[in-house]
Amino acid sequence: MADIFDAYALADAWDEMFERPGEVRTAYEPVLAALQPIEPAELRFRADQMARAFTDRGVTYAFAGEERPWPLDLVPRILDALEWDLIQRGVAQRVRALEAYLADAYGPCRAFEDGVVPWRLLLNSPHFHRSAHGVEPPGGVRIHVAGIDLVRDEAGDFRVLEDNVRVPSGVSYVIENRRAMTRVFPSLFAEQHVLPVDGYAQKLLAALRAAAPGGIGDPRVVVLTPGPNNAAYFEHALLARLMGVQLVEGHDLVCRGNRVWMRTTRGEMPVHVVYRRLDDDFLDPLHFRPDSVIGCPGIMSAAMAGNVTLANAVGNGIADDKLLYTYVPDLIRYYLGEEPILPNVESFRPDEPGQLEAVLDQIDRLVIKPVDGAGGQGIVIGPKADRETLERTREAVIADPRGWIAQRPVALSTSPTLSGERMAPRHIDLRPFAVNDGNEVWVLPGGLTRVALQEGNLIVNSSQGGGSKDTWVLAEGPAEQRYEEVGGPLEKAPRQLGPDGAGTVVQEGAQQQ
Amino acid sequence: MNDVILSRIAEALTWTGRYVERADATGRILDAYLHRLLEDPWRDEDAACRSLYAILGVDAPDQHCDMQQVLDQLAFDARSTGSIEGALGAARLNARSAREAVSSEMWECLNSTWHALADQRTAARRTGGPYAYLELVRRRAALFFGLADSTMSRDDSWRFVVLGRSLERVDMTVRLLSVRVLDAAHAPDWPTLLSASGADEAYARVHGGFGDSPKVAEFLLLDRDFPRSALHALTTAEECLAALGRPRQDPARRPIGALRTHLEYLDSEALEAGLPTLLRDLQQACMASAEAVAEKFFPYQGPVEWAQEGA
Repeated sequence: MADIFDAYALADAWDEMFERPGEVRTAYEPVLAALQPIEPAELRFRADQMARAFTDRGVTYAFAGEERPWPLDLVPRILDALEWDLIQRGVAQRVRALEAYLADAYGPCRAFEDGVVPWRLLLNSPHFHRSAHGVEPPGGVRIHVAGIDLVRDEAGDFRVLEDNVRVPSGVSYVIENRRAMTRVFPSLFAEQHVLPVDGYAQKLLAALRAAAPGGIGDPRVVVLTPGPNNAAYFEHALLARLMGVQLVEGHDLVCRGNRVWMRTTRGEMPVHVVYRRLDDDFLDPLHFRPDSVIGCPGIMSAAMAGNVTLANAVGNGIADDKLLYTYVPDLIRYYLGEEPILPNVESFRPDEPGQLEAVLDQIDRLVIKPVDGAGGQGIVIGPKADRETLERTREAVIADPRGWIAQRPVALSTSPTLSGERMAPRHIDLRPFAVNDGNEVWVLPGGLTRVALQEGNLIVNSSQGGGSKDTWVLAEGPAEQRYEEVGGPLEKAPRQLGPDGAGTVVQEGAQQQ
Repeated sequence: MNDVILSRIAEALTWTGRYVERADATGRILDAYLHRLLEDPWRDEDAACRSLYAILGVDAPDQHCDMQQVLDQLAFDARSTGSIEGALGAARLNARSAREAVSSEMWECLNSTWHALADQRTAARRTGGPYAYLELVRRRAALFFGLADSTMSRDDSWRFVVLGRSLERVDMTVRLLSVRVLDAAHAPDWPTLLSASGADEAYARVHGGFGDSPKVAEFLLLDRDFPRSALHALTTAEECLAALGRPRQDPARRPIGALRTHLEYLDSEALEAGLPTLLRDLQQACMASAEAVAEKFFPYQGPVEWAQEGA
């Protein structure tokens, strides 16, 4: 029998499933045992079936102008309880530190006075919005939702690659991936004790309601989307539906007297919390880009007057600036008095004295990133770049040292991924999602695992043709404990019975109408 | 806490209901005509096609027209909401922009239908018969409304879907009858009319045999129990409007209510004599009501414009 893992050759990186060739890691044993006997054709069939289901359900994304089914690989990515504990604590810690930084930067600015972070980092940031200064958000929360990107390095240690605290997206795919996997491999879930991901919407709604302006008994929450043409529209709609709140576009809202209303069939209704899924720049044409027609004029003034809460807060971009990223370990020590649980990737700051030269000297051995790039755009991978690109990058960095950071390249861990009819190692990362309700930073068990589908590729964004994996967090205890029987056995009610087949034949004449 | 719906969503839901109903009705009409054409040894393809164009309110071409042309225009033309494919495409887009208001099963039904149409269209061209295509449309329309019935709360969202469907239903029934009444030369015969309304079996059960008389018009307009009759659809539309909670002098409800009452007490002779007028009144009442609904519940919201100082 053909074995789909026959040709699996480990790459020069940490492999999630195999410790060394032929030796599977404990957590993956049941998955390997379930996958190995499946014929390649059967596996392909299931993959196609899944793609078809995604297309029908509209779980698609735009790639090169084409509507494609969301690419989910059949092999799950597994995190055991210990690994997850570390990630969860590390992510929550990071979010708490970034919250403290935002409160500080839009308030007393202690960290700048104390020299932990240089002033210019704040003042030069394109995401620093004066209009957000002095706004004290309800409950002190500015990061209601965060997505922290992690990678696993050659030694198997998780490291933070970047923080997303503006409008992180992708959580809908975590939910959809799980839904699809339970259908394609139902038996696997029966054997494994995988933590569920369907609690996300409830947690999010609770956090959003908790963020409402003070004194409002039953706050009305809405999700603000740029509209059906946005690449993440599917996610906006899913979250609105799961939370049972309205999905609004800019022109559904109207601002009057520093309050926000939505236009409904029963007149205008007040809105208290806006989970906005558009960038600061498009939110309010009166404050930001005047040419934007997808926002809502006046919403920023309403937020400043404290009558509506915007989630996430305006101006969060100063906290996920890639240059600030290099300071986060210091911020954790400064604000929280703790050691960072998850380390950064080793980084350089070209705008600091001495570091520019260090970066330029070894530019062919570093990864060079623009500080405000998104979706993997503008990243130059030194060891793989040609001479001309390197030269161009060198000039760009010299011209604007504040605009770039440099990092040691990390060979991201690999995971077996279906490629044609065989398994092949592909690089992956992980984006766990955190929700902050003001009391607790809750991290959704798992997160979005993205896969670079091309061999050797290190950039995993779906906008660059990446795939995804269902991410399983294994529970510690045995499954039986989680499904304890509640109460006694139900009393059996007698079933009402219709005429049986024999009776129908006898009474045929009488039954005709 | 979701006691209200956005105006934009209400409009999208109404049109979703309308477009799905339109696709369904158009499919039934095409099916009935095609069937008739094939069975009829004295068929006049050109005349039949012209009568189809007239029913669906599309300008007929000057030169001779054949069934393939009709199908291309009335079934497969994705650019026109007057064709099946265009109507389903528009229904899909409307449902998509109201995705948190329709249930995911409803959305999936429309979306997968949209994706499945292409295959059936190709097959229809290859085999020269659109039956599988038309059947798919009918089944999916039924599935869609069935899902609306079983997965949506009976709240305002649901009422807008049903309102849209009911108004479209009256419109389509009236269109069918109008051709028979106003242009008898090219008109379909009564049995074709019945099957184009999906009413042949229901009619047979009530009146026995197959219709060949103005009794068919009476059935399609006045039957209380048949869901595609004008009276039934008007009653449903009126119930929706009443539940949407408008004052008594509701300009959306009034034209419909007035006609519904009129139909309730109409006898057969009066119906036969006044049929042309009645059909015109019905069409106008539906249009007036739809306009009033739009004005009241979803006033036009174009892109917001504002003056920019110094710009």
